[in-house]
Amino acid sequence: MSDYRISHLAALEAEAIFIFREVAATCQRPVLLFSGGKDSIVMLHLAQKAFAPAPIPFPVMHVDTGQNFAEVIDYRDRRVAATGVQLIVASVQDAIDRGLVTEPPDGTRNRIQTPVLLEAAEKYQFDALFGGARRDEEKARAKERVFSFRDDFGQWDPKNQRPELWNLYNGRVHPGEQIRVFPLSNWTELDVWRYIGSEDIPLPEVYFAAEREVVDRGGMLYAVNEFIVPREGEEVFTEKIRYRTVGDANLTAGVRSNATTIDEIVAEVAATRITERGATRGDDKTSEAAMEDRKREGYF
Amino acid sequence: MTDTLSSREDTHELLRFATAGSVDDGKSTLIGRLLFDSKALFEDQWDAVEAVSAGRGDEYTDLALLTDGLRSEREQGITIDVAYRYFSTPERKFIIADTPGHIQYTRNMVTGASTADLALILVDARKGLVEQSRRHAFLCSLLRVPHMVLCVNKMDLVDYDEAVFKRIENEFSAFATKLDVPDLTVIPISALKGDNVVNRSENMPWFQGTSLLHHLERVHIASDRNLVDVRFPVQHVIRPHSGDHHDYRGYAGQVASGVMKPGDEVMVLPSGFTSRIASIETADGPLEEAFPPLSVTVRLEDELDVSRGDMLCRPGNQARVSQDIEAMVCWMDEARPLRLRGKYAVKHTTADVRAVVKDVQYQLDVNTLHRDESATELKLNEIGRVTLRTTKPLLCDDYRRNRATGGFIIIDEADNRTVGAGIIV
Repeated sequence: MSDYRISHLAALEAEAIFIFREVAATCQRPVLLFSGGKDSIVMLHLAQKAFAPAPIPFPVMHVDTGQNFAEVIDYRDRRVAATGVQLIVASVQDAIDRGLVTEPPDGTRNRIQTPVLLEAAEKYQFDALFGGARRDEEKARAKERVFSFRDDFGQWDPKNQRPELWNLYNGRVHPGEQIRVFPLSNWTELDVWRYIGSEDIPLPEVYFAAEREVVDRGGMLYAVNEFIVPREGEEVFTEKIRYRTVGDANLTAGVRSNATTIDEIVAEVAATRITERGATRGDDKTSEAAMEDRKREGYF
Repeated sequence: MTDTLSSREDTHELLRFATAGSVDDGKSTLIGRLLFDSKALFEDQWDAVEAVSAGRGDEYTDLALLTDGLRSEREQGITIDVAYRYFSTPERKFIIADTPGHIQYTRNMVTGASTADLALILVDARKGLVEQSRRHAFLCSLLRVPHMVLCVNKMDLVDYDEAVFKRIENEFSAFATKLDVPDLTVIPISALKGDNVVNRSENMPWFQGTSLLHHLERVHIASDRNLVDVRFPVQHVIRPHSGDHHDYRGYAGQVASGVMKPGDEVMVLPSGFTSRIASIETADGPLEEAFPPLSVTVRLEDELDVSRGDMLCRPGNQARVSQDIEAMVCWMDEARPLRLRGKYAVKHTTADVRAVVKDVQYQLDVNTLHRDESATELKLNEIGRVTLRTTKPLLCDDYRRNRATGGFIIIDEADNRTVGAGIIV
């Protein structure tokens, strides 16, 4: 390293570690959102590296819709146990039972996660919530700050964002307000996969291609599971698929793939011509401003 | 260096660049073309833009729709905020900070330029330099963006005429010599037709330079960093309090500038105590040297009282320790102007202090560079020279010499908003 150059992945890692440390040093009660999805897995890995040899100085929280892939919940629990970090589960099912939120007729719980998240943030008085969102995911996210201010209703106001200069992040809030912090802002999907490969980070099985029983709904392949029950007249067939993103098991579609290793996934991602949300997430297709609207309500 | 870094050899260097200009200059078209031609645009993104464009009855697919992500931006047909875009080529990974060009968005341009290695300024070949081009060039030089590229766009509309290009190039070069522009490249392009964007244009054989993308891939940025002055702002103190690491005490931070090595003598500011670097650690193991932008943990040979906001440097090369700060300030707040005797919070490196405005020396007209010495306040998007007195000393350098220790932000203490950006002079 005599020329003092580093790769872009090393630069992105250094930036993310800086952000984790900045929050730990300046915010009162941070929490890391951890779902067992690949971005949050990378986040947990970076948090460990940021504070080593000390433990991660904040808990992790999962907003649990109750509609998860079983392998992902297993992975979550194993990973949390290995890390020794405290896990808080905010249950959407519990919130439905208590009447905080109402289950939509179509059974999708993506949108009703938000009040559950906000309630948990208030209960535990979290003032900084780490999320794994990236700016390359979606165009409303392209304008998101690394430190994104939310008012005491958890709302995002795109016209009233704090200017963000150099690496001087402003994490000041009044009680009840929050900062959402996105250390992976400048990463792309390919960066995340390459980093997982170079750091040798274990992942849940759903990310790797395997023969799965699927149904085709609107051109998207959904694996048959406890939440995806074949409708009448729907053909069930076997395809080799993997998941590019992991959201709710009833909403997330797989992609045809032969990739059974990280290197093979990297090669596929590098060649793909469709965004990961466009390819796999039924929840993002609602309208052109679907993401902006959800973020205004307090979604991540 | 550790194995972890060397095992990432298939990855490449990162270049951050800021683009400035309005829709009229063809900036969005240019970005759209860079993304499209480098295959960073995905089919579903393209389909969505095409559908909206067709629905509005546009004659051609409006690439601006790719970057204007917010509802109000699409409704008004303008870019309001900084948008970040990503693409990579086999040579480099690029982060674009796409900023709006109008004067009412000066704060957004300053934001985008603050982290940029390179600034890309567009002019319309038919119109030549306009007030906005000069303003952009000035702001980029104020923010010390190390490289500047002027793209003379829409060459297809002036019949690829060399004389038109030369006139604009000469005019801009003359203007740039009055500014602090260390490296200027001027390229004739047509973003719409693709001339000199990714590939060299056959329509302009008289142009001897390279295409824009080729320039972005090759421009030498490794020596833009300050590798001379050791500055390590302490961000966080790591103390595990566990059995194995009972006496462990490490100073975590990102190297702002300079190269640090174990055994180096260091001075802690502001206390002035000296010690030696015992080790430089990361989760992947110890390092033989640390340099920007690495995030590391530094351990010292002696037990000193060091906390967040302190800075490690070399005894023979120290940062300035001062409570009286001279700075150029860009004001970013709509609600209230910067006022003489106003009190604010200031964040500088990892230090949080309070400051009072002792003097507003002048307000600068960013179009004419005229200094208005009668000014007593700075309104939204205005830039001026001010004197601050801080409650605690800042550990700083001139921004010209060190972007990391020369910049600060000003925060309104009542509502916590970021209201200004300062550059220490």
